[in-house]
Amino acid sequence: MIRIKAWFKSGAPWVWLNAAAVSTCLIMVVGVLGLIVVRGAGHFWPAPVVQFSYQEPDGQTRTIIGEHVDTSITPAAMAKSSGHIMADDEDTLVQYLVKTGNRDITGTDFRWILERNIKQQQSPAELMVVERREWGNFYGQLVAVKESGKVIAEGEQAGPVAQARINEALAVFDEIAHLEKKEVGGINYKLDQLRLEQKGLQLKNRWDAAAEQRISVEKAELEIEYKKYQAQLLELYKQIRRDSLVAKTESGQEVEVPLAKVVRVYWPNTMSMFDKIGHYGVKVVEFLTDDPREANTEGGIFPAIFGTVMMVLMMSVIVTPFGVIAAVYLREYAKQGFITRLIRIAVNNLAGVPSIVYGVFGLGFFVYILGGNIDQLFYPEAAPAPVYGTPGLLWASITLALLTLPVVIVSTEEGLARIPRSIREGSLALGATKLETLWLTVLPMASPAMMTGLILAVARAAGEVAPLMLVGVVKLAPTLPLDGNYPFLHLDRKFMHLGFHIYDVGFQSPNVEAARPLVYATSLLLVLVIVGLNLSAILIRNHLREKYRALEG
Amino acid sequence: MSEITSPTKQPPSIKISSGELYQRWRLVKDALARYGVVVGGLGVIVAIVLIFFYLLYVVYPLFISATAQPVSEYAVPEQALGNTLLLEMEEQNEVGARFTDSGHVVFFEVASGKTLLTQAVAIPEGAHITSFAQGSPINEGAVIYGLSDGRAVVVKHQYKVTYPDNVRVITPSLKYPLGEQPLVMDESGAALEKIAVKAGNDATTIVVKTADTPQGAGKIRLVNFQKEQSLFAEEAALTRTDSIFEQPAANIADILIDKEESNLYLISNDGQMGFFDISDKNSPAIRQQQNVVSAGQKITSVAFLNGDLSLMIGDSSGLVSQWSMVKDKLNRPAMQKIRSFKVSDKAVVAINAEQRRKGFMTTDADGIVGIYHSTAEREMVKERISGALPTAAVLSPRANAMLVQSADGKMHFWHIDNEHPEVSIRSLWQQVWYESYPKPDYIWQSSSANNDFEPKYSLTPLVFGTLKAAFYAMLVAIPLALMGAIYTAYFMAPKMRQYVKPSIEIMGALPTVILGFLAGLWLAPFMEEHLSGLFAMLMIIPVGVMLFAFAWQFIPKPIAHRLSEGWDAALLVPVILLSGWFAFKVSVPLETFLFHGTLRDWFKAEFGIGYDQRNALVVGVAMGFAVIPTIFSIAEDAIFSVPKHLTVGSLALGATPWQTMIRVVLLTASPGIFSAIMIGFGRAVGETMIVLMATGNTPVMDLSVFQGMRTLAANIAVEMPESEVGSTHYRVLFLAALVLFMFTFVFNTLAEVIRQRLREKYSSL
Repeated sequence: MIRIKAWFKSGAPWVWLNAAAVSTCLIMVVGVLGLIVVRGAGHFWPAPVVQFSYQEPDGQTRTIIGEHVDTSITPAAMAKSSGHIMADDEDTLVQYLVKTGNRDITGTDFRWILERNIKQQQSPAELMVVERREWGNFYGQLVAVKESGKVIAEGEQAGPVAQARINEALAVFDEIAHLEKKEVGGINYKLDQLRLEQKGLQLKNRWDAAAEQRISVEKAELEIEYKKYQAQLLELYKQIRRDSLVAKTESGQEVEVPLAKVVRVYWPNTMSMFDKIGHYGVKVVEFLTDDPREANTEGGIFPAIFGTVMMVLMMSVIVTPFGVIAAVYLREYAKQGFITRLIRIAVNNLAGVPSIVYGVFGLGFFVYILGGNIDQLFYPEAAPAPVYGTPGLLWASITLALLTLPVVIVSTEEGLARIPRSIREGSLALGATKLETLWLTVLPMASPAMMTGLILAVARAAGEVAPLMLVGVVKLAPTLPLDGNYPFLHLDRKFMHLGFHIYDVGFQSPNVEAARPLVYATSLLLVLVIVGLNLSAILIRNHLREKYRALEG
Repeated sequence: MSEITSPTKQPPSIKISSGELYQRWRLVKDALARYGVVVGGLGVIVAIVLIFFYLLYVVYPLFISATAQPVSEYAVPEQALGNTLLLEMEEQNEVGARFTDSGHVVFFEVASGKTLLTQAVAIPEGAHITSFAQGSPINEGAVIYGLSDGRAVVVKHQYKVTYPDNVRVITPSLKYPLGEQPLVMDESGAALEKIAVKAGNDATTIVVKTADTPQGAGKIRLVNFQKEQSLFAEEAALTRTDSIFEQPAANIADILIDKEESNLYLISNDGQMGFFDISDKNSPAIRQQQNVVSAGQKITSVAFLNGDLSLMIGDSSGLVSQWSMVKDKLNRPAMQKIRSFKVSDKAVVAINAEQRRKGFMTTDADGIVGIYHSTAEREMVKERISGALPTAAVLSPRANAMLVQSADGKMHFWHIDNEHPEVSIRSLWQQVWYESYPKPDYIWQSSSANNDFEPKYSLTPLVFGTLKAAFYAMLVAIPLALMGAIYTAYFMAPKMRQYVKPSIEIMGALPTVILGFLAGLWLAPFMEEHLSGLFAMLMIIPVGVMLFAFAWQFIPKPIAHRLSEGWDAALLVPVILLSGWFAFKVSVPLETFLFHGTLRDWFKAEFGIGYDQRNALVVGVAMGFAVIPTIFSIAEDAIFSVPKHLTVGSLALGATPWQTMIRVVLLTASPGIFSAIMIGFGRAVGETMIVLMATGNTPVMDLSVFQGMRTLAANIAVEMPESEVGSTHYRVLFLAALVLFMFTFVFNTLAEVIRQRLREKYSSL
């Protein structure tokens, strides 16, 4: 007893408790990162397809085919309170979440089943998964392959034939996508430009016979080109609609799956480890480089990655000079006193103002005031459709540049502060002006610090969502902000963003359950990018500290 | 010049002059750079000031009062056609209409008074107009004439807008929706003394009060026409329902029917209001009979507020009171007075409601016209329109113009600038009694599907939600962050500190959208299922840590020293994981044992606390996670930079490390810690994505941990994209942003000033 008292008096328990707080924080960080990694990376691994023989509540036994996604174990008391009938000797209620797919047939992709009602469970080799462009996955057995309605392969041969036909269809699909997006999209863009040009000329009262002649000729040329592509597309569509698969669902019903809608077919239960790794690789590549499908719940996130990168690049171009200049002013030019204190307060406030306020400011000031005036001055022909008077890439970048300005300032300032006075004095003593000293000695030495600041700013901007929701991010952008149409970089376009993608797919999607794995995968990507950026910033900073410590010593 | 004076020195002088130029250029560059940098540096201040003033600039119009200016004045058009019964003005404020007591409608140009069209209403021979009423405002434009032979005529006035040659042309016309043939209201042919009509798409209800005749006293009759759209007939057939009220009709001065045609109000001269349920047109039932003005006063004018849910009753003392249908204790609808306006000292002779908002215009017996807004309880405009008394007045449908006829035969056309009457300090921050609500309340509900909706812009529930979320986040973050900072700065081995600090920085760099997503889709369901485990963890982990720490003393000293000097945190990781796991294991039987069921059900049964899946607890944990790094790094910095000689001195005097920590270090660093907490709080207040995703976003005022909330920031994120630019809603959202800005500005500035002071103090120590 005395011992305990003495122990408490020494203060040691409190130190331990404080240590526990640190451990808790560490556990939380590692736990969150681990959760994202496990869930995010696991999504692409081909799960076995299981065939359950399941006794329904009404007593009938049915076959259920699907992927076993999740297991929930509920204590008896809680299960009872949520309305399950529990036997006295049961401690827990075990339920499986099964992804049954076939949404076009059954109406749902997922269902919860009770473990105790499963009579039998196996993974037959013939079960296949069809990833489709509509209605989600299909689970079932391949029966036959059809060409223009006629069966061309059945039973054993159906598998390889189906695979070959799908590859053909995919090639055609790629061609169609290329034609529609690149060629036809380009023609549409040019037609729109012509229309705007015509309207612009009319507004300026320079719409004369010559202009009319020129524009109508150009239009006619585009029309002809368009017709040509139209014919090609028609042919390709005919080709892609030729084949279909016949498959049997869990209830034994035979359905036809047109190959035009199929992304891939695989038989997960027969895959070897290498097959699975290969499949995983293909899925990851698809995730990183493909467009989203099915309301963003399937497919890739390439446009979101692209949009994020574009926005961050634009933002860096804007924020770096301003941040560096402000930091240089604070460290090199300003007399330390009232003004610098004021600026520091302003910097801290810029860092502390909620990001949504930046969004509101960006929307009101940049989009409506600046953008609205730019439209009136330079794009009167587009009215009433706004060009810059609507949220877009440019405004998002500027808003985020304002948001990340303090990060760059603080980091650069720290770097400048670490450069020993002797270096500046040496340069000045040799007759260099202040600017030359700055430009030729100080700034190059501080460049890693600026780099750190920029990296941190990029990391912050990549993860920021709230202001972007107001100033330019959309859930699905039809075109990328950078494409083959003059002037190539379209600053007025709306774009997709990884962070917003997570919010949108996770919370606004009609089918959250189906979208969840993709959200985890997107989160993983975002976390990897941001943690990577931050770690590199930390490394550069530590390296820098060492370097100047050596310099000072 | 040098050429002439010293030609021999020509080559060097050129060299020097070019050198001089270069030198000068260098200096110019230097000066330019100086100015550039100064401008850039001050730009930071400009940026923050610009944000503030821009927000203010958008918000400002909310609080300026409305103005009214006369535009033109002219003689009443076609005065010979009789006195004005009703004035009307269409949407664009271009065409006005004057309904006269001789059965004519005069359409005229509002700006100049030029007559555009005069039409006579089809009044049958031998009858004259005994009563008149407006059925609905101008967008439907029905009026009714009650005749001396017991019949009535319903007329609609319509305005067709066409754009020949890109010029707007508005063509007025009259239409008879129930046929040109007068409708027989009273078979005995008694004159219709008072009349009211409501003409909807499928049904029209007319209520009349007939004059006393030798056969008997006047009665109140109700006639309803139901349009039956048959499949084959082109014309819809009308089904007529008649009923006669039992109540005496003697004193009835005003009849009002609401737009649903299910409630009827009879206003009598002596200040009584009868409230009838007429949803069954065959048998109207009385619901309430009440005196609505104070003793000795008379009702002088009545009008529905837009939406027909409230009656504005003006009395002879100049008081306008708003009576709205409120469910009483027995859940029966009853009219209740929810607020009143002292408009004038004279009687209120006319009340005109705005057609799109909850505003109204009053005219008093002194000829002063006032415009008010009911929800905000604001007086917007009060003007004397002319020296003579006003005899008729109308507000335009967009409430941006008014037309007033005065007794001296003049028509006055005024412009009104009244953009944002809905907002007042009171309607933003105090309890407001909204229409159809049982009591005054704080409500945020900015939009709805129907257009006669009363917008409810109370920021109080949002501020409450913001503070609630921040409070729970700080509850989680402060202990963890501060204790962690104390340990990391003072007790931790430097080697470990090297790894811990970057880890916490990474924690702070995690995008909040990911934290929000995990909180909403992973933590919230997890917590719902393992609520008891979580509470158990809170109790068991500290105990586990203490037990381990106590046991650690008995480990042989050499081993203990080798392991634990500054590495306690690492040792504790498995301990915490184990006790956490144990807490979850033990929680289920414990829950069953203690609460005979689940903890959630127990809370519900014992305290009546409901459980929302996305609640304040989830937000607290998730936002706490986001705020910990902010508080941690600033506090750690403050503690770490406490001058070493202070601590060394304390230790040398025999204090234990813990005593030194508490008495010396914490005390010295306390301003820094305080500013860390403030900055953390500022961050929690402004955090958007986590709250957006981890709460239900319902603006309720409920302190319970298990209920959600809506914060200012989340509210902006949700509603800003769909608010119309320049509308009141848009500006109120900017006001919310301004409130957030001011809030964080105060906190951050204070924190920064404290930190600057602290830095000076340290450097002087």
